[in-house]
Amino acid sequence: MATAPRSARRPPGAGVKLSFNDPVVRAIFWQIVIVGAVGLVVWWLVGNTVRNLEARRIASGFDYFWREAGLPIGEAMIEYQPSDNYFRALVVGVLNTLRIAVVSIVLATILGTLIGVARLSRNWLVAKLASVYVETLRNLPLLLQLLFWYSVLQSLPPPREALNPLPHVYLFVRGLQMPWPQWTPELGTVLAVMGIGIVASFLVRGWAKRRQMLTGEQFPIGWTAVGLVVALPLAVFVMQGANLPLDVPTLGRFNITGGILITPEFTALLIGLVTYTAAFIAEIVRSGIQAVSHGQTEAAAALGLKRGQALRLVILPQALRVIIPPMTSQYLNVTKNSSLAVAIGYPDIVSIANTILNQTGQAIEGIGTIMAVYLTVSLSISAFMNWYNRRIALRER
Amino acid sequence: MANGRVAAVSLPADRPVAHGFLSRALLWARANLFSSWLNSVLTLVLAYFLAKGLISFVSWAFIDAIWSLPTQDTRPCRDARAESACWALIGERNRFILFGTYPFEEQWRAALAVGVFLALYGLSTVRAFWNFRLVVIWTVGLAAIGVLMWGGVFGLAYVEQEKWGGLPLTLILATFGIAFAFPLSILVALGRRSAMPAVRMICVTYVELIRGVPLISVLFMASVMFPLFLPEGITIDKLLRAQVAIILFAAAYLAEVVRGGLQAIPKGQYEAADALGLGYWRKTGLIILPQALRICIPPLVNTFIGLFKDTSLVTIIGLYDLLGAAKASIVEPRWVGFGVEAYMFISLIYFIFCFAMSKYSQGLEVEFSRHTKR
Repeated sequence: MATAPRSARRPPGAGVKLSFNDPVVRAIFWQIVIVGAVGLVVWWLVGNTVRNLEARRIASGFDYFWREAGLPIGEAMIEYQPSDNYFRALVVGVLNTLRIAVVSIVLATILGTLIGVARLSRNWLVAKLASVYVETLRNLPLLLQLLFWYSVLQSLPPPREALNPLPHVYLFVRGLQMPWPQWTPELGTVLAVMGIGIVASFLVRGWAKRRQMLTGEQFPIGWTAVGLVVALPLAVFVMQGANLPLDVPTLGRFNITGGILITPEFTALLIGLVTYTAAFIAEIVRSGIQAVSHGQTEAAAALGLKRGQALRLVILPQALRVIIPPMTSQYLNVTKNSSLAVAIGYPDIVSIANTILNQTGQAIEGIGTIMAVYLTVSLSISAFMNWYNRRIALRER
Repeated sequence: MANGRVAAVSLPADRPVAHGFLSRALLWARANLFSSWLNSVLTLVLAYFLAKGLISFVSWAFIDAIWSLPTQDTRPCRDARAESACWALIGERNRFILFGTYPFEEQWRAALAVGVFLALYGLSTVRAFWNFRLVVIWTVGLAAIGVLMWGGVFGLAYVEQEKWGGLPLTLILATFGIAFAFPLSILVALGRRSAMPAVRMICVTYVELIRGVPLISVLFMASVMFPLFLPEGITIDKLLRAQVAIILFAAAYLAEVVRGGLQAIPKGQYEAADALGLGYWRKTGLIILPQALRICIPPLVNTFIGLFKDTSLVTIIGLYDLLGAAKASIVEPRWVGFGVEAYMFISLIYFIFCFAMSKYSQGLEVEFSRHTKR
């Protein structure tokens, strides 16, 4: 863009004379120099690496993916045995990373929004407590908080003396064990009905919106959704005999068996990530709400909108425009911060890839795998959030 | 919130003006704590839990706490685990947590280095030094820290890098990280806005690649891949490798902040510099950067805070920074299980540094926005 007027400055018909005073020539020269320098450095590094690998007799390549891992993993979302191959172990790691990231993002968003709104509360005590929370959590390293929570959970009693806060719920040094519904065809039907209800609610919402745009008539969407998503599955559940067999944990001699066990590693990581990220999200939400001017609230009131309607139809859509971009980077941060799992032994991708790296000595492939996974996840989250941001962006006519 | 505003407007304007402290306090409480029955319930419930929590915390941390142990035996602490904090751990291990494995008799040097760091931070907030003098001050200060930590001259005993640890190590990683990453980030930010496509592409790739992956993977790369990159026979120690990783990581984030500042400079400034006949470097150095960097000081300080906290990740690759030393202080069987006390102690140190920086950045932000609003 800068080159056009400059090249026009050349005297017409004088032919192209190569001179170092010509900005175009100079730009090309410097680019060749810089690219050449970067290329040389890369070439030197690659050369060194190849020589070093030869000296250490490490065969590069991803063939080791299909060898037997012999690597025990504490928690896995898919079937996994140490006799499975390295690739399957890495998949387990990726799934564990996604699990902690998704759960943390959802919970941190809820907690952060609550605290952000609380900071703006007219109740002095509520506002003060919220700001103390934000200032404390934001100013301590996340890794420190994770280790702190983990050592708190480590000081829980052994299985024999497990805390029993609710019937059949046990809290002890190896985690939180609680009842879990057993899978039955009836449960499947109820969940399927609930899924259909969710889809139907969205369809009804679309129809109601179109009708309101055309005729101005309103439709009670909220109550319809509650009926479709909660009441209908509940009715199906009762009709089938309200039969929900639970897998209940029982206290044995040395251990507690049955039910579902949430490990202290997962819990510490979850508590740490959620409370830390919520402090940042609270600030984003607060500044987003404050960015909507008073006039908007007053105009909504003047139009006769109720407070809830004003919040939903006027304030929130405008606040979201300010909130979404920084929120995207927080979601990316949660995903990247979940890699600190390696410090407390939750088997996420970094921790598993690092163990494999130490077992096989395939450093470049191991680090490459970690980076490739995170780059993929990061780019997917940014793509999704950019799509959402475009959808809610101000459409100026 | 909207409700609150309406309530504030509807208060009678001819309310009697309160005199005396008590009646003013009552009015304040009515407006801020008990403005509606819902608020009153909320206040009372919160106050109850707050008081309960505070009382049990104070009795755990102060009243019932065990401050010292008569013997080497830590059983008194273990027996009272649930109801009293064991600060005897800090009493015994504080030197190790603060200075790591730095030789005990030489730890005054590490403490002095921390003092020099604090002085450097303090001087950097003085406006009168925001010019070339800051560069001089920092060069002298960092050199002094190097001499104090390494020794080997002026009759100081030599201390190898493997023995450095604790707070000085955290400050070294953070400060040198920022000091080297900052100039690099300016170059990268300029490169990303360059008219030369090849340069732009290199800078974009670097920034997006680093920002897309977690710091821990960069640190792992530094600890296992850097040795492969170097020719045979040349080795660099773990601390330097971690420092390089932190610099490369920080530069990518700082570059985005600096780019934000560069984008905020109106086009007229660039054109005016061109019209004066300034070349690229003089235009950038004399006209653009002084304005751009001033704009982005508050977000820069926020990035510094993040970086300061992130240095704690070197614990994972086995360095004894403040967090690593605290973690190592409870490895000894006598002290296993006293993590809460150790982590609370260093939390206080981290908090003081980060809170001071964040208050400073908030102050600057207010000041700068006042300047632009005028």
